[in-house]
Parts: sequence; structure tokens; C-alpha cells
Amino acid sequence: MRIHSSRRHLLGAIGIGGVALGAAACGASDPFEEGGDTGGEGGSGSDGGAADSGTVVVGSQAYYSNEIIAELFAQSLEAAGLTVDRQYQIGQREVYMPELENGALDVLPEYTGNLLQHYDSEATSASPEEIHTAADEALPDGLRLLPFADATDQDSYTTTAAFAEANSLTTIADLAGVEEDLKIAANSEFEVRPYGPEGVKEVYGVDVTVVPVEDGGGPLTVQALTDGDVQLADLYTSDPAIVANDLVPLEDPESLILPQNVVPVVSEKVDADAEAAITAVIEALSADDLIELNRQSVEEQSSSADIATAWLAEKGLV
Amino acid sequence: MTGNPFLQALAWLAEAAHWSGPSGIPMRTLEHLGYTALGVFVAALIAVPLGLLVGHTGVGKSVAIASAGAARALPTLGLVTLFALLLGIGLTAPLLAFVVLAVPSLLAGAYSAVESADPATVDAARAQGMTEWQILTKVEIPLGVPLIVGGFRGATVQVVATAMLAAYVGNGGLGRYIFLGLTSQDYPQMIAGSLLVIALALLLDLALLLLQRVTAPRGAKTA
Amino acid sequence: MSWVLENLDLIAARTGSHLLQALPPILVALALSLPLAKLANSQGWLRTGVTTTSGLLYAIPSLPLFVLLPGIIGTSVRSPLNIAIALSLYGLALMVPAASDAFRSVSRDVLSSATAQGYAPTARFFQVELPLAGPVLLAGVRVVAVSTISLVTVGGVLGVPSLGMLFVDGFRRGIIAEIAAGVVLTAVLAVLTDALLVLLGRALMPWTRQRSVRRP
Repeated sequence: MRIHSSRRHLLGAIGIGGVALGAAACGASDPFEEGGDTGGEGGSGSDGGAADSGTVVVGSQAYYSNEIIAELFAQSLEAAGLTVDRQYQIGQREVYMPELENGALDVLPEYTGNLLQHYDSEATSASPEEIHTAADEALPDGLRLLPFADATDQDSYTTTAAFAEANSLTTIADLAGVEEDLKIAANSEFEVRPYGPEGVKEVYGVDVTVVPVEDGGGPLTVQALTDGDVQLADLYTSDPAIVANDLVPLEDPESLILPQNVVPVVSEKVDADAEAAITAVIEALSADDLIELNRQSVEEQSSSADIATAWLAEKGLV
Repeated sequence: MTGNPFLQALAWLAEAAHWSGPSGIPMRTLEHLGYTALGVFVAALIAVPLGLLVGHTGVGKSVAIASAGAARALPTLGLVTLFALLLGIGLTAPLLAFVVLAVPSLLAGAYSAVESADPATVDAARAQGMTEWQILTKVEIPLGVPLIVGGFRGATVQVVATAMLAAYVGNGGLGRYIFLGLTSQDYPQMIAGSLLVIALALLLDLALLLLQRVTAPRGAKTA
Repeated sequence: MSWVLENLDLIAARTGSHLLQALPPILVALALSLPLAKLANSQGWLRTGVTTTSGLLYAIPSLPLFVLLPGIIGTSVRSPLNIAIALSLYGLALMVPAASDAFRSVSRDVLSSATAQGYAPTARFFQVELPLAGPVLLAGVRVVAVSTISLVTVGGVLGVPSLGMLFVDGFRRGIIAEIAAGVVLTAVLAVLTDALLVLLGRALMPWTRQRSVRRP
């Protein structure tokens, strides 16, 4: 079965010839787009590879939760009669921000705090509204933020229920009283984030060492925590693993960690109709919704397209 | 961030603060070397005896060549992530992947070392009454040492260039600079880490090349 | 395994883009390696230089190269051109020394006889030297093909569609079947391409059928 499909693609590849250079049939995680492939743009053309003027290009980070939100936007845009080109799983900011800036992407779900820090590494915590305004102002010309959602995907200092109980932990500040050396499993960039080791030392007087696990708070990070390899993990608050494993995100009374509300970054290509379609999703997306959407992705292993279709129908948005 | 990132990478390397402590360059380089050595060593335990056996007896030759070929095609990042999900963070997962990466070169080296021995020489040894074990250890292996070392050379260079992936799943090594540099858009740091990996690979390559020359038996024609 | 069955379309698309990215660099590496190897073989010091440069190139970790190359060639990270050039560089690093060995394996006496028989330089190259270097060249191309198909996966980390994307997504969602599908299919692609090259070699060089080709 698999061999057949790869052979077919091999033949197709030879037929298309060298000119295509890998541009065909790439790009979309969305099974609907394959086969028909009206865009033909597919893969990766950011160099003047803008799609037709009527097409809105929706991108996502290489993060399943972000892809689901992007797919919510995409299907909502399609329901509004627009043509959508999906470009999902585009690395992290170092890869997709230049593509947003040069117009190869039109819509991408972002998180207010981390977006702001991408442009202003000195930015400190503030209210969600203030962070949103600051991030919007920090964006280069041609890009803007739409309103943000209630749903957040915030970094956290999370520990196990057992460790929290044994050391009477409720807030990050309580970690200062823990005797043993504290290790936190997190993506490598946590090391240099303002709420990373330096920030937590400064604000709460807590020493932590980062154990880098590049799965964005995924199952390996969680396993490191539950196995006791580390005492803490930087989990995103929309992660269904927190409830599933009875984990405890420690409170952050000093607001060390920036708010990370879900927010769409859009280009000038997004007109009033498109904006309305995206904003309708944002207004309906609660924090619990996002956890549930993520749960369907990791526990039921559903595709982003199926998850999005069901949610939009449930909310009456399509 | 302005200026040429390559020059900034050199400046990063020159900074004294980056040369001390548990995340300093000497420590990270040692970790990197340690992962490489461990991966190649474990792979050698499997591949060298197997290669010698296959080369000496000719049994399982096509299977050995085919599986070594398939192993070359396994993407190391896929193996690291797969093993990590099964085994958790730490060194075991990347180490297993490095072993898979190193085995083909070592196997090919050991196998071709034995096979390259002149059949006339081997027959002469047999005629003198040497046992098969003696033929292997006293004739075929000594003659083939440069090729065996060549296998180590290929394996080591491959693993040292790939050992950055250890940092993907909670370990140290020079990959720490590369991934931190990549994810925090600190390109000078990423380039500096890459330069260190390249330098290490070249040094090891050169050292093993010299070893290859030195171990060539006197009088035997060089392979 | 149910993930695999429910996502066959996605897997097929990833496999297709994977192959489309792998094939051009393999061809480019082969085509460029021939003149470079001839040039290298013309001077002893050039040959040393080329071998050293190849070693240097191959030691560059691939992920940083994919990220940095755009700054030098002026594309974006996910541009097909970026991936093609990066992979071609790795291909050349393997292929130029192999081609250099291949041409050195052709006996000078044979070449001299060809000249004596009246072959013009171009005809001598295409009708005598290249076919005789063929078996060693083929061995080199086989290594380049397998290595390139494996290396394409690295682009998946940066959002270039390939089977490598299945590693990243599967790793973050904890879907082992997704990663395993990516690993197995990459190996299958490599093994199939390798087999195809062997068959192609037999068709183009029928005289090699009898004896086996020594791999480098």
C-alpha cells in the first residue's frame, strides 16, 4: 500500500520534472487540499510566491495546537467564501516571521507575550490588554494584530501533585524553600526567556537549571517530570497532560510570566470579511475550549481538520 | 542584532565567559566527545566482530551489506525522537540512534579488512597449519587494520557531526549552543556551536587518518 | 497504527514532496562532480584541496546550514532553492571524492590507447573514460542518494514539507506511529532508490553484471 503510493509519487515526480523543485503538493497538513491542489503553490515559495490575489495564506507554527487554531481560521474563512492556502507546521518564529513580513503568509495564530518578546526582548509582564497593544505596536508595517482570545497558552512552572504536597508548594515563590537542586524540563529557549532561570532568580530568589527537551512541553517533557528526572516542567497551560497527570502549575503572584493569549497576526491582505471570519473564532475560543481541542489531538490523535470542523459546527460558526 | 553573524560568532567564541563552568565550551566539548566515543564504542562491540566473522567466513555477506545499507538510510532525528518517546529523556535514546548511525561504517570496515587479505597469503597461512582463529587474528586482522581504522574514522565523523541531537532530548554537548541559538534567534551562538562541531570533526578525522597510516603493517601495500 | 491508516493522504503527500526535494540535488551533485573531479585530478594539490573541502563541508551540521544559507544566497529558509542548494552541497561533498577516485581507477594505458586509436578528447571522455569510471561513479551516486533522502528530513524541523515533518509533529503529540511511519518510509524510499540505481547501472553498464562492484 505504502510502497504503491510512494511509487506513484516517484512517477509523478519524474513527470513534473526538475522545474517544480519540490514545490508541488507540499505545504498543507490538510488532507482536503491534496489531490485537487488548486493552489499549486504548495510548499514553500516565499520568494515572490504569493498566491492569487483572492487567496488567503494561513500559516501555523510547528505545534499541533497552533495548527488546530490555524485550521479554525482557515475553515471559518472558507465558510465566508474565501479561498485558503494552508501552510502549516512552519518551524518557529525564526522561520515564519520573515515570511509574514514579506507577504508570503497572511494569517498566523500567535501568542501575545512571546510575540512581543520576539520584537522586544526587554519586555516585562503586564496585563493581557497592555501586552496586546504593545505587541501590535511592535509589529513591522504591513502586519497587525486582531483582538485576542480568552484562550491562553501560557508557560508555567509545573510540578507533580506529590512534589507540591511534599514541599507545600502553591506558588513559584515557595520553591525558594526547597532543599534539593531544581531542574526544569523546557524548550531550550526557556534559558533566555525573561521568565527563565534569570527571571525566576531575580523575582522569586529561586535557582533552577534547564534540561532542554525540544518538544514544546510535549509528552517527553511530561514524562521527565512524572519519572522524577526533573522536579519542574515548563508546560503550556492549555496542555491536556496537566489534568491527565494530576500536575500542578504553580501560581505566579508576581506576574513573572507574560500573558500568552491567542491572537491572530494578519497582513494587509486580510480585508473586513476575512477579519470578521477570524474574529468570530477568536471571540468563541475559551481557555477550556483550547484544552479540549488539544486533548482531541494528542489523546484521540484526530487531525486538525476534523477537530476544527467539529468545533466550528458546535459553536454554530459554520 | 547587526553586523556579520559569522564575525559575531567568532566574537562569541572569544568571550572568556563562554569558556568556563558547566555550560562552558570545554565542558560541552567533553560531553560531545563522550557521547561520540560511547556511541562508536558500543557500535564497534556489535559491528566489528560481526564484520570480521562475515568477512572471514563469507556467511551472511549479502544480508550484512543490505542491512548496513538500510541502516544508512535511517534518519537520525527520527530515531532520536522515536527512541526518546519510548525510553524517556537522557542519553539512552540518542545513544541508540548514534549506534545505528555508526554500525554501517564499522561493519563495512571490518568486513572489507578481512576480505582484502590476499587469498594466496591466507592459503599459505592455512598450509602452514594455522587454525582459522589464528588466520583471522594473526594474518587477516593485522593486514586489514588500516581498513578497520578507516571504518572507525567514517563512523566517528558521522556521529560527531550528529551528536548535537543529544541536546534535543535533555542532554548536553555542543548541540546545546546550536539549539539554543536556533530557538532564540541567537545566530552567532548557533554558528559558534556549529564551528566547534566542525573543528572537532576535522580533528578527529585527522587523528584517525594518522592512526590509519601508522597501523599499516610494514611491507604490506597500503589499502 | 490507526494513525497511519487515517492519515494515508497526508503520508502520501509528505512522501511525494520528500522525493521531489531529494531528486534534484542527487542529479546536481552527480553532474557537477564530474568536471570538478576532472579538475581536481589534474593537479595533486588541487586533489588534496578538494578532499579537504569535502570533509569540511560534510562536517557542517545540517540544521544550522539550512538556517544560515538563506542569509548568503538571499532566499527564505523554506525556499525550495535553499533546500536544493544545501542538499547539493552535501551531495557534492560525497560525490566529488568518489568521482575523483572513479576517474583515477581508469588505467592510463587504456586512455593512451584510445588516443592512439584516434579518439578526440571529448569523444575519449564520453566513450572510454566515463564508461570505465562508471562502476565506481555508480557506487558514489548510491551513497549520495541514500544520504540525501535521509537528510531531507532535517528540513521538516523548519517547516519544509517532507517525511521529517512527521517526526516533529509525532514527537510533540506523542504519536509513536507517526514518527515510525516517517522513519520507515524514509528508509523504504532510500532502499527503493538504491535498487533503482543498481538496475539502472546494469542497464547502462552491461559489462559489470558479472563481477560485483566494490563499494567505497
